Order: sequence, then C-alpha cells, then structure tokens
Amino acid sequence: MIRLLAGRELRSLFAMPSTWFILAVLQFIFAWFFLARLEAFLEVQPQLAQLANPPGVTTTVAAPMFNTVGLLLMMLVPMFTMRLIAEERRNQTLTLLLSAPLSGRHIVLGKFFGLLIFLVVLMTGVPLMLYTLTLGTDLDHGLLLSNILGLLLLTASYIALGLYISALTTQPIIAAIGAFAVLMGLWLADIGAAAENSPWHFISPLNHFQNFNNGLLDSSDAAFFILFTTVFLLLTMQRLHNNRLYG
Amino acid sequence: MSNIIPEITLSARNLTRRFGNRPAVHNVSLELKRGEVLGLLGHNGAGKTTTLQMLTGCLLPNDAEQNQSSIDICGINLLHHPVRAKANLGYLPETPPLYRELSVNDYLTFAARLRGMAGAAVAEALVQTRQHCGLETVGKKIIGTLSKGYQQRVGIAQAIIHRPAVIVLDEPTVGLDPTQIRGIRSLIRELGNTHSVILSTHLLSEVESVCDRVEIMQHGKLIYGDTSVHMKQHVSVSGFIIGLRNPPPLSVLEGIVGVSHVEPLSTTQFRVLHASSSDPKSEFITLAAQQGWQLEQLTPLQATLEDVFATITDSSEEKKPSSGASS
Repeated sequence: MIRLLAGRELRSLFAMPSTWFILAVLQFIFAWFFLARLEAFLEVQPQLAQLANPPGVTTTVAAPMFNTVGLLLMMLVPMFTMRLIAEERRNQTLTLLLSAPLSGRHIVLGKFFGLLIFLVVLMTGVPLMLYTLTLGTDLDHGLLLSNILGLLLLTASYIALGLYISALTTQPIIAAIGAFAVLMGLWLADIGAAAENSPWHFISPLNHFQNFNNGLLDSSDAAFFILFTTVFLLLTMQRLHNNRLYG
Repeated sequence: MSNIIPEITLSARNLTRRFGNRPAVHNVSLELKRGEVLGLLGHNGAGKTTTLQMLTGCLLPNDAEQNQSSIDICGINLLHHPVRAKANLGYLPETPPLYRELSVNDYLTFAARLRGMAGAAVAEALVQTRQHCGLETVGKKIIGTLSKGYQQRVGIAQAIIHRPAVIVLDEPTVGLDPTQIRGIRSLIRELGNTHSVILSTHLLSEVESVCDRVEIMQHGKLIYGDTSVHMKQHVSVSGFIIGLRNPPPLSVLEGIVGVSHVEPLSTTQFRVLHASSSDPKSEFITLAAQQGWQLEQLTPLQATLEDVFATITDSSEEKKPSSGASS
C-alpha cells in the first residue's frame, strides 16, 4: 500500500511540466557550481602542492558542493512538500484516501517515501558529477559516502517537517511559506547563536549535517535526524486522525 | 470484497455530529439491505453529506461511546476495525476526488489497487467499469481535460470499480445535463440490483425514479422513512393544471362536481384541486368538448419537495403529543 501511494505521488509529480523544469534548472545550477569549484581548485592547485599535507580535491570541491546542496534543500523541499496534503485537501482528493481501507500510517509513509525517492533522483546528479573526477584523480570515497548519507538524512528530516506543516493547512502556499520559515528560522538561530553549547545548535538539522559534511560519522547526529523525522511523521499521522475527529 | 454478502450490508445507529456548537446531525440511524437503493432526501444543509461522511469513515461521530453509536458494514464495525470495514465501501463525495493530472486509466487502476484489489483482477475490472460508466473512449485522456459530466462519471467509476457491497453516492447527478442524468440514474438502478446503494439528493424526482426506499432529512434529523412508492401516495397532490383557450367564468369551473378549489394561474390556465376520492378530470374533458372551452392542456400536479416537507412536518407535529407521552 505504501508503495502504491508513493508510486502515485511520483506519477503525479512527473505528470506536471513544472517538475521537469525544476529538475532541469537544478541540474544546471549543480553543474555550474561544480565547474566553478573545480576551476577554483585548478587555479590554486600549484600552491597547494607546495604544502606538506595538502587538502585533496574531495575536500575542496565535493564538500562545499554538498554543503550548498544542503542549503538549497531548505528552499527546495517546501516547494514539493506544500502539495502533499494541503493540495489533496483543497482538491477534496483526501476523501478518497480517508475512505479507502488504509490507516493514517500508510498515507503518511506513502507520501514521505514518494517524495524522498523523487528528491534522491533529483540529487543523484551531484555525486555522479563528482565521480567523473575519478577519470583524472583519486577521490576520498569515505568523505563522499559520509556526505551522501548526511544529505539523505537531511532531506528526510526536511520532508517530514514539510509534510507536517502541509497537513496543518488547506492552502499549499501557506504550507510552503510555513515550512520555509521554520527551516530558515532553525538555520538562522543556529548560525546566530554564539555560545558553543547553545540549544539552538542542537535542534538545527543543518548543524548536525556539518559533521557529515566534514566526514565525521557521529551516531548522535544520525540519531537526531532519525528522531526528528519520526517525530514529525507521527505528528502528521495524528493530524490526519484529528481530521476525522474535527472535520 | 467477499462473494457472500450478508443480507444487511450497512447498519448505523445513533449517529450524532456537531461542528463546534452547531449540531449537524442528530441521532441518525439507518439500515440498508442487499440489492436496495436508499435515497437520503433533504434540503441543502440538512446534514446529508455529514451523515454520508460518517458512514464512510471520513468523519467520526461525536460522543460515540455515550450515545452507543455504531456503524456496521457487512457486519464489520467501522469504528473499531476501520481498515477491514472500508474494504467493502465505495464512496463518491460531493466533489469527485480526482487527481486531475492522471489519465482515466491510471486513476481508476490506482483507485482499484487502493481498495486492495489484486493486480490481475484490476485490468478486467477496469474494462468492465469503463464500459459500465460509458468511459470507453476517454481511457487515455487526462482527467483535468475532461468535461464536468465525464469527470462525474469517473468519480462514480472509482466508487464501483472494486465491486464493493455498499456504494455511497453524494449527489451523483449534480451538474450533469439531462441525458447524462438519465444515464447515471439507469446505472445506479443497475448497480442497485447487486449492491446496496445509498445516495443523497435534494431532487424529489431522483428519489422517485431511482430509489426503493427513502429517508427524509431535515435539520440533521431523519423525519420520515418509507418505501418511495408509499411516499408518493403519502404526499400525492390531488389536482391538475388545465388550460382552456376559451374559458368560462371561474364560478362555472368551481361548480363542477368534486372540485374543491380552482385557482387561476393566467387567463387561460387554472389550477384545480379536488378530493383524493373523486377525480373530475373526465368531467372537465366532456364539458370542455360540449361547451367549446377549447381544452389545450391537462397536466396532473407533481408533488414538490416543499409539499412533501409540508405534509410530513404537519403529520409529525400532529403525532408529537402522543410520542411525547410515550417517552
């Protein structure tokens, strides 16, 4: 059932021309950024070579690129999550799901995985571009894998948050603005907090992504993402149930 | 889903629903047998849609424990085992729940799979349902590009594709042209032979032409329930509209035996009421021929929803003292 719902979500996404447009534009931005970083690296490479332990191409090209994608996600994810439930509610299609033999869990997880698969497809361009570098040099696969894993977890947590906000309203645009405001707020609070042990650092997903970005696999970061995602998915299920209760 | 459908496919007891402080449905109980079409008749805002939403699990009744509410679909309690009970349901809400960006085939396949149909059975059901609903030619079209009538038919198709025991249709013919209305009505009639259908409407003619039984709703309460044949007799108006191109004075018409009241509608048209025991129609025809009144129209009066409500509320108010004493 979850697979069926996720499949429907993907089918609807790919039936819209705007999806293809966003897909194309983002590939262009990723490629542009990749080439710009690569060019900068090639310029400073002679100087780097004189250092005793020079940073490699993975650290200077791949890590900043993943970092940028992480920041872009903040704007990107609300654009897709806004439709998930708010639009179904506005078009009255939610009734079809509510009157079907499904529990709230199926509906929420179906939508979550549907969008996750889509965003993974959207972002596969990034590691593929980076892996073209293996033609000329050796890459730090550990750092790349840590970044890919971090990005995946970050995406999942953003989707869960966006899904919950989408479940709160009937207007997709309000869901988009709401999700964007929350993500932006978490990020700004994180970079604005001066104290090393400020709680703002702890609740900001992007802060936890930094460790993955630096190639540091910390189980507490992974646990944070899993917890963050689970909490918002559960809240969404509860919200769908309240829909039946309060109309 | 199962082939053995019990005799009573849907039974709901003591459903109450409020929105805030505004009561929408109060203490409604319904029962539906296999092969029966039940019409839920009432004005806009009478609580029809809310009732149907509760029957399909989209809305939970208020104070279910306290009121001992229950909804059983094919013997499965909807409130306690929603997933199993809903497998026997097909629901067309007020606005058809269509994914406008999908093609008709994709959408109907999704709807069938959603209700737990196995992959192999879906293809066959799809062909049958499209034939049933007159959608053969539009299978590959995108739903958003279809006309309102076709969209409504796709909405009905998604409700029946998995052959549910209970089909719930909320105002199925709204917004359709007369030919389509006739088509949909005959489709509902046909479905009613094998499934149980419950439909809501504010059109009296729809109930008369489609339903076996009718429940009338007003201000969130069921005020009358009977077979539609009985209802027709109950509320029939004894009278007709007569058109005479060369009419005699009003007093002459009133003087005819059996006539209780004559009301001129225009210079040539009159509304004639008579006692239900006597029928002066033939009298009128012979007199018109003899006296040269030039008869041009003779139409029996149709009861309107207003008449039905008036008769029923009158009679229920008369009954009130006795029911008050018994409770």
